[in-house]
Amino acid sequence: MTQVNRLGGGQIDTGRTLSFRFDGKTFQGHPGDTLASALLANGVRLMGRSFKYHRPRGVLTAGSEEPNALVELRTGARQEPNTRATTAELFDGLQAASQNRFPSLKFDALAINDRFSNFLTAGFYYKTFMWPAAFWEKLYEPIIRKAAGLGSLSLQDDPDEYDKGFLHCDLLIIGAGPSGLAAALTAGRSGARVILADEDFAFGGRLNAETFSIGDADATDWVARTLAELQSMPNVRCMIRTTVIGAFDHGIYGAVERVSDHLPEPMPGKPRQILWRLYAKRTLLCAGAIERPIAFENNDRPGIMLAAAMRSYANRWAVTAAQKVAVFTNNDDGHRTAVDLIAKGVKVAAVIDPRPDAPRLADCELLAGAQVIDTQGRLGLKFIKVKLGDGSERTIECGALGVSGGWNPNVHMTCHQRGRPVWNADIAAFVPGKDGPAGLSVAGAAAGDFSTHSALRTGAAQAASALDGIGLSASPADMPEAEDAPVNLQPFWYVKHGKGRAWLDQQNDVTVKDVKLAHQENFRSVEHLKRYTTLGMATDQGKTSNMGGLAIMAELAGKSIPEVGTTIFRPPYTPVSMGVLGGRSRGMHFHPVRETPSHTWATEQGAVFVETGNWLRAQWFPKPGETHWRETVDREVRAVRSSVGVCDVTTLGKIDVQGTDAAPFLNRVYANAFAKLAVGKTRYGLMLREDGIAMDDGTTARLAEDHFVMTTTTANAVGVYRHLEFVRQCLCPDMDVQLISTTEAWAQYAVAGPNSRKLLQKIVDPEFDISNENFEFMACREITVCGGLRARLFRISFSGELAYEIAVPTRYGDALIRRLMSAGQEFDVVPYGTEALGVMRIEKGHAAGNELNGTTTALNLGMGRMVSKKKDSIGSTLSEREGLNQPDALALVGFKPKDNSAQVTSGGHLMSMGTPVDASHNQGYVTSACYSPILESSIGIGFLKDGSNRMGESLRLVSPLTDSEVEVEVVSAHFVDPEGDRLRV
Amino acid sequence: MSDLIPLTALGGTSPRVDTFQGLEISECPEWALASIAARSGRATDMASAAQAFLGVALPDVARTAEKAPFSVFWMGPEQWMIEAPHDSHEDLATQIKAALGDTASVTEQTDGWVRFDLTGERCHDVLERLCNADSRSMPPGSATRTQLEHLGCFLIRRPQDSHFSVLGPRSSAGSLHHALETAAKSAI
Amino acid sequence: MIINHPLLGPRDSQEFTYLGDAALIDRPDWQAEDAVDQFHDYLYLRDNPAGIHRELWFHETGDRSWLVVTRDTTTHEITSVELARDVARARGRSK
Repeated sequence: MTQVNRLGGGQIDTGRTLSFRFDGKTFQGHPGDTLASALLANGVRLMGRSFKYHRPRGVLTAGSEEPNALVELRTGARQEPNTRATTAELFDGLQAASQNRFPSLKFDALAINDRFSNFLTAGFYYKTFMWPAAFWEKLYEPIIRKAAGLGSLSLQDDPDEYDKGFLHCDLLIIGAGPSGLAAALTAGRSGARVILADEDFAFGGRLNAETFSIGDADATDWVARTLAELQSMPNVRCMIRTTVIGAFDHGIYGAVERVSDHLPEPMPGKPRQILWRLYAKRTLLCAGAIERPIAFENNDRPGIMLAAAMRSYANRWAVTAAQKVAVFTNNDDGHRTAVDLIAKGVKVAAVIDPRPDAPRLADCELLAGAQVIDTQGRLGLKFIKVKLGDGSERTIECGALGVSGGWNPNVHMTCHQRGRPVWNADIAAFVPGKDGPAGLSVAGAAAGDFSTHSALRTGAAQAASALDGIGLSASPADMPEAEDAPVNLQPFWYVKHGKGRAWLDQQNDVTVKDVKLAHQENFRSVEHLKRYTTLGMATDQGKTSNMGGLAIMAELAGKSIPEVGTTIFRPPYTPVSMGVLGGRSRGMHFHPVRETPSHTWATEQGAVFVETGNWLRAQWFPKPGETHWRETVDREVRAVRSSVGVCDVTTLGKIDVQGTDAAPFLNRVYANAFAKLAVGKTRYGLMLREDGIAMDDGTTARLAEDHFVMTTTTANAVGVYRHLEFVRQCLCPDMDVQLISTTEAWAQYAVAGPNSRKLLQKIVDPEFDISNENFEFMACREITVCGGLRARLFRISFSGELAYEIAVPTRYGDALIRRLMSAGQEFDVVPYGTEALGVMRIEKGHAAGNELNGTTTALNLGMGRMVSKKKDSIGSTLSEREGLNQPDALALVGFKPKDNSAQVTSGGHLMSMGTPVDASHNQGYVTSACYSPILESSIGIGFLKDGSNRMGESLRLVSPLTDSEVEVEVVSAHFVDPEGDRLRV
Repeated sequence: MSDLIPLTALGGTSPRVDTFQGLEISECPEWALASIAARSGRATDMASAAQAFLGVALPDVARTAEKAPFSVFWMGPEQWMIEAPHDSHEDLATQIKAALGDTASVTEQTDGWVRFDLTGERCHDVLERLCNADSRSMPPGSATRTQLEHLGCFLIRRPQDSHFSVLGPRSSAGSLHHALETAAKSAI
Repeated sequence: MIINHPLLGPRDSQEFTYLGDAALIDRPDWQAEDAVDQFHDYLYLRDNPAGIHRELWFHETGDRSWLVVTRDTTTHEITSVELARDVARARGRSK
C-alpha cells in the first residue's frame, strides 16, 4: 500500500522516502513526517487500544497533548513504551508497535471490557476490591497490575548516554510560534541574551499548520526569514526539540533537549537527550493554545480528531485521515479546517455547527444548528449521525471528523508555583492569572490573544516590557499585518442526546457519565473529580480533557465554570525520561571517585578495594595462595604486630587551623582541653555535638604556637569542616582563627609495628632524630625525607603498636609507598588494608564510626572525664543532663565468647542470663566484632549498661535477625596491651 | 633534592593532554599553590605585604591578578590562593609565610588540587554542560567556586580570552577528567 | 532557588547547605545559673513559621561563608541575605 492519503505541498521532503514498520508491516513516509502523519498518509487510522476498555483509537491531536496514539517505539534495549506517535519524528528504519492489545491491534481479546463498561465506571476499583482485605495482596492487586499499564519496558540497560547543562539568559522565550518569534526578534535586536525554546522539531508553531500570510509573504516564509535573522545573532540561542518542562523558584526553568531522538541511534559520544537548567532573569511564555474537543456518543473512533489537528496534518504534513471528511465545530476557527482541506482537494461532506446562526465560511454544505449525535465504524469512522436544527436525523458517510470546541490558552507553566488561571468569558476559557511565577509574563494565544496579528504584537510588546523590568531597553519589533480574525464561539461542551458513552478523557477512558456519577456520589470538588474518575491523569495530564470535565461538573452543580474552579498543572509539562534526569551520573560515574595516593601501587599489588564514602581504599592485599580474605587479614595483622606494616590513611580529613586564637578555638570545638598542648605534640580530641552526643574524633597536632593540623574521621571530614566554620563565623566571629581543608594535599601513611622506627630511620633524613628519647609518643615534627623532601611526621597509633604517620606532598605519595616497601624488605614489611586496620583497632579497643554512631556520649565511650568543665566547649553543658548520666549508662566494654570457636556478631544485643529476649531486657549491643589472630578468638566491643562494673559477667549475645545466640564474657575493651607499653618503646 | 619521582594527579609521569576541535584540555601539574588568609584585623597589613611580595595588589572579590611568576585568585572573604611555577617555587608556602609574617595564615595547597586548563573557542560549550557558572559572562581575570561533577571546584577565567582553569580536588582527578572529556565529546 | 550572596551576587541554592533557624547564633552563656535549661531551649525549641523565617545557609561549594537568609517559607521569596559573621557580631558575639 502506498501513501493513499498523501496530499500535495506541506513541509515534508517528498524527494526522499523513508521506510518504517508499524506492527510488523512496512510503510513509507518522508523526512518531516511524524510517525502519526506517516501512518495517516498510509491510510492507517487505528493506532492503539484504550487503557481501560480496549477501545480502538487513532490520533486525536497533532502534538504533545496527544492522549491516544501511544506506541512502543524502537526495539531491543532502546524500546520505549508510551511514546506519542504525534511527536515521534520519522527516520528510516523506525520500528513501532501498538500497545495494550492481545493478540493484535485489530482483534483485542480484552475488548470484552468494553461490554462490561456499565460495571467499570468511575470508582469501580474503590468499590469492588474493598473486601475481604486479605484478597487484596494475593488476588486483586496481581490481576489489576496485569491488566493495567500500556506499553512494556525492554528490561535491558539503556544503551544511550544523557547529559545535563546550565544556561543563563536575560529572556527565556518558551514557544516559537508567532508571539515567541516576535518576542525573540525584539529581544535579540536589543542585544539581550535570549533563549528561544520550542518542543517541536520545526520553529513556527501554529504558523506551520495554517495557510496564513504575514505581510505580503506566506507565514512559513516569514518564519524562515525571522529564524535566519535570529540565528545570525550571537546573543540568541534557538533551541529546537527542547521542551521547557517546569518553572521553578526565582527564574530557574528545566528543559529537555531531545538531541538524538530523531535518529536511529545517537552519534558516537553524543547524548540522547540533555537536561538543561535554565537561569532566566525574565521569561515570556508563548506556548500557544490547545484545542478542546466536544463530547458526543462514540466520539472516540479512529478518524475523529481535533479540527486543528486535521488542518495541521493537511497543511504541514500533506496528509488527510480520509478522502472524505466532515467538521463539527462551535466556532468560526473550526471552519478553517473545511476551507483548507477543500483547498487541498479533500472532499468535505459537511460542516456541522450547533450555532443556529453559524456563518458559511467554507465551500461545502453547512449544517447550522446541528449536532453530531453518534458515529459508526468498528475500527475506524465510517458514518456520523447528525441531528439537524429541525430535529431530524441524518447519517453522513465520512472517514474522518474534525472537532473543535474552541481553544484553551496553554497556561500550564503559569501554574507551576500554585498560580491559578482565571476565566475569560469572551473566549470561554481560562487564561493565566496574575499570580504566576515571578518574572514570567505571557503573550499570544497562551494569554488568550488568539489572532496571529495580535500574537505578533503582544509577543513584541511583552518582550520589550520584560526587558524593561531588568533595566534593558528594547523597542518592540515592527510586525507586519497578519490574520486578525475575532474569536467567534458559542460555548458547547457535550452533546446531550443519547444514552451511550461520550468520551471526555480518551487516555483514561473517562466519559460524561463518569463525571455525572462522581457528582451523584458527591465527589464534586475538581480535585476529587480528578481522583475519583482519573480524569486528567497520565501522560497528557488532561490537556485536552480537563476543561470538558469541569464544564460538565459546573453544569451539574448549577454553578459557573470559574466557581467550580480548575485543577492546576504541575511539572513536568510533558513526560520526562528517567535517563535524562540521571544524566551522566550513572553506573560507575554515579558519584565521583576519590583515589588515594597509593591507588596505582595498590592495584598493582592486587589489592581488594572497598568504598568508604567516595574513597576507594585498599581493604586487604591478598598474596598468591591465600584462599580466603581472613587468611590475608590475619597475616597482615600478625605482620604488623610482630614487625611492621604500612597503611594509606590519606583519607582522614585534615584541616589546617591557624591564628593567634587557634588554641582557644580548638578548646571550644573539642570537649577536652587543647590550650596547653605543647608545640611539637599531638593530642587525641573528642568533638561533641551541642546536644552532648559524640560527633567526631581524631588527633590534632600543634606545629607552631598559632598553627594546628586537625584530623577528622574519613566519613565526617566535610561535616566537621562545615561545623568548624559555623563555630568560627557564627559563634566566635572575633576569634583570630583561619581554617582550610588540606586533606588531599598530603599523602599520609601509617607505619606501624615494633620495627616501624627502624624502617622510618632509613628514609627520614639523618639530621632529624626520631629516637624514642627525642621523638616520643605523640610527638610531631616537620621533617624532610629521602634527601630533602618536606614531610610531616606524627608519632601516633591506631593499631596499639609503636607507630607513626608520615605525610608528604601527594604527588610523591606513590614514590613514598614504593620506597617504604623496598626499604622495609629487611623487616618483611607488609601493606595492610582497612580490614586489618579495623581488627587492630578493635583489639586495642579504639572507638570508631560504629561506636561514634550518633547516639553515644563521651561517658558511654569511656571518656566522660575528658569533657572539661573548666571551659566552654560545644556540647559540654548538655552532656551534663541527667538522662545522659544515669548510673547504669551504657559503657564501652569488650566481649569474648565463652566457647573460643563461637562468633561475636556485630549488631547483636546483650541479654542477661535467663531473662527473656525482648527490648525491655536489653542490656546493650555489640558495635564492632572481628576475629583476632592475636587472641585466636572472635572478639567484640560494644555498649553495656553499667558495663565497667560488670567485668567477668556472662551474657547472652542474641541476634534475632540471624537467629543466633552466643554466650559471651564481659572483658576490658583493651584486648591488646592495655597499659599501652608498646606505644612508648 | 629528593630522588622521589612525583606523579601527576591522573597518575602519569607527564601531564595528560586531550585535543578536540576548538578545545584543548590539559592537566597542569606544574603549579605550586598556597592559600593566604588574613589574621584578624590585619587585612590591610597583609594586603600591603602581599603586594610587596607579589608585585601586584590582591584582587577584589571573585577576581584574579597576575604578575609573573605569580597569579592570585580570590577564594573567600579575606582569603586568596596564590599560584606560581612548581619548578621554581616548590616551597611557595614557606616563601609567602616569610613575606607575610604574622599578618596571614599561609597553607600549602599545591597537591590539594588538580588543575585542568581549557583553551580554545569551544570552552563555553563544554563548561555549560558541567557547571552552573556563567562562563560566558565571566570577565577575563575572574574566578568563582562552583560545583562540577558533584565536586567543589574553582573555575578561573584567565586574562587571555579563551583560557579557563578548573581546579578540583586532586583525589577525584580521574572523575573530573572523565567529566571534562565526556562533556567535550558531547558538546563538540 | 537563587540566593543573592552579599559578596558574590545571585547563586543557585544547590551550592549551599541548609542548617536551620538563625537563632542558633544566639548560643547561651555556659556559665549561667540555668545553663542546661537555656541550652535545652536553644537547641530544641524552634519556631517553624509559615512565612518569614531567618535561617542559616552555608556556601559549601562557594566561598565558605555562612549566610543568614530571610525567606518566606510559603513563597520562597528571599528578602534579605547577610553574612552570618556580621549578624553574629551585631548580636554581640565576639570570641
